[in-house]
Amino acid sequence: MNLFVFVLASFVGFEVISKVPTTLHTPLMSGSNAISGITIIGALVVAGEASSTLTSWLGLIAIIFATINVVGGYAVTDRMLQMFKKKGSQR
Amino acid sequence: MSRFFPHSLQVMVPDFTQLVYLVAIILFIIGLKRMSSPATARSGNIWSAVGMLMGIIVTLLDYHIVTFEMIIIGIIVGSLIGIVSAYKVEMTSMPEMVGLFNGFGGGASVLVAVGDFYRTAPMTHGNSELITVALSILIGSVTFSGSFIAFGKLRGIVSGNPITYSGQKIVNSILALVMFASGVLFVINPAENWYLLVLLIISLVLGVTLVIPIGGADMPVVICLLNSYSGLAAAATGFVLNNNLLIVSGALVGASGIILTYIMCQAMNRSLNNVLFGAFGSDIKAAGTMDTGDENKTIRRAEADDVAVMTAYAQNVIIVPGYGLAVAQAQHAIRDVANLLEEHGVNVKYGIHPVAGRMPGHMNVLLAEANVPYDQLYDMDEINPEFEHTDVVLVIGANDVVNPSARSNPGSPIYGMPILNVDQARTVVVFKRSLNPGFAGIDNELFYQENTYMFFGDAKKSLMALSAALKEVED
Repeated sequence: MNLFVFVLASFVGFEVISKVPTTLHTPLMSGSNAISGITIIGALVVAGEASSTLTSWLGLIAIIFATINVVGGYAVTDRMLQMFKKKGSQR
Repeated sequence: MSRFFPHSLQVMVPDFTQLVYLVAIILFIIGLKRMSSPATARSGNIWSAVGMLMGIIVTLLDYHIVTFEMIIIGIIVGSLIGIVSAYKVEMTSMPEMVGLFNGFGGGASVLVAVGDFYRTAPMTHGNSELITVALSILIGSVTFSGSFIAFGKLRGIVSGNPITYSGQKIVNSILALVMFASGVLFVINPAENWYLLVLLIISLVLGVTLVIPIGGADMPVVICLLNSYSGLAAAATGFVLNNNLLIVSGALVGASGIILTYIMCQAMNRSLNNVLFGAFGSDIKAAGTMDTGDENKTIRRAEADDVAVMTAYAQNVIIVPGYGLAVAQAQHAIRDVANLLEEHGVNVKYGIHPVAGRMPGHMNVLLAEANVPYDQLYDMDEINPEFEHTDVVLVIGANDVVNPSARSNPGSPIYGMPILNVDQARTVVVFKRSLNPGFAGIDNELFYQENTYMFFGDAKKSLMALSAALKEVED
């Protein structure tokens, strides 16, 4: 079941991403990179349901890493995209 | 599962959390779709971020989370580091930044897989679960350590040259075998902590040994590939946790990384295999430079005043920027020149080669930062038919990507690489520091063509001189 979801989602990914123009490939990369920080959800579960000191420490570090990935990824993508301006719009 | 509906209803109504996850997935896909135009891209990024936030909030509400201290500390620390680095980073350093964020993502996947494994009693795991744990650790660790080495190479902390030693491939193969064996042993006997630890350590080591033999100039490909891996790591973690949101997001990222890797390899006319194992850009450098001077080829020089006259009275000018432009921090200077030319009634376009920057689309970001409107930027396939109708091409800090021998000389190391056909324009002006060959170490016959003028000097200073000269030109 999981494998079905994975394969179908990969196809959607190929379709959607092959339409992105070269101009936006750098923001695309940092934006999709931010999406890969979705592991934060796993990190929350591990840290929050922690049954031992080991797992809660692992969870804490996982959350820090994943949050850097997510927050940094979206922020830097936004910073890049706001610079893209059409001709004639305020310089 | 869900605490939002009474038990009797749960048969009919899908789990609330799952529904929110589905919405988050849709937001991610819409966000990526909106990336297909610069006009909608920024809002797309925000849609995607909203999806992420929804996923996080519903996870916090639904799962039986008991301790919030760790979560709050983790999110605050992570957000601070993320935001500060995102706003402080120079646009030229974007490849390193993406690589670094990527590494953290891979690292998080490993920690989650290990944490989740220890959270529940080892003996209760089924085989397929153990395999996904092992995969998640393997891919995540390689991504983590590989990304940090790539970051170091781009930063210059680790030598940018390919680091090779004899028997390297054998060592890597042995490491891969040990890794695979420990993975299998772990699945067979999960109670033995030892196997898990070996798997983790070897995967981390392999991330390092796989990336060090790759030259600094090839790091963009590596970063694209690692980006794809970090997606796969997230998907593998999704398999461990049985979480569709993770699986789908991971698949999307995996696909994007693979497409970008493929595009980069195509633009360099090299196979992925050659990039990863070819150790390109080391010895060739010395060999190629030798056969330059002895043919007594002549070059024509031009100064700022000459170029100003040539361009100011032209109809069409195409600017071809290379990474040398960014190194010289000349993006703003070129924008000024373009503006002055437009005041003279010249039609100005930018032709951008896919590997012009240090990652796909990097040059576009660097020019956007200098307020160059994106509708003036054209990629290789769009601009190539236009060169023959163009009066003047200004080549700034680019070399190999405009070398006609890639088209004509089968003996050239870059033969077959797609290039910008600037040599077909009526006049070409090459802004260059000196006659030194570029990254691939190959002489460029463009420089000796009859319609080519060389404008020697630092790109930024030359462009500023050109601006000054253009202001003197009467219409």
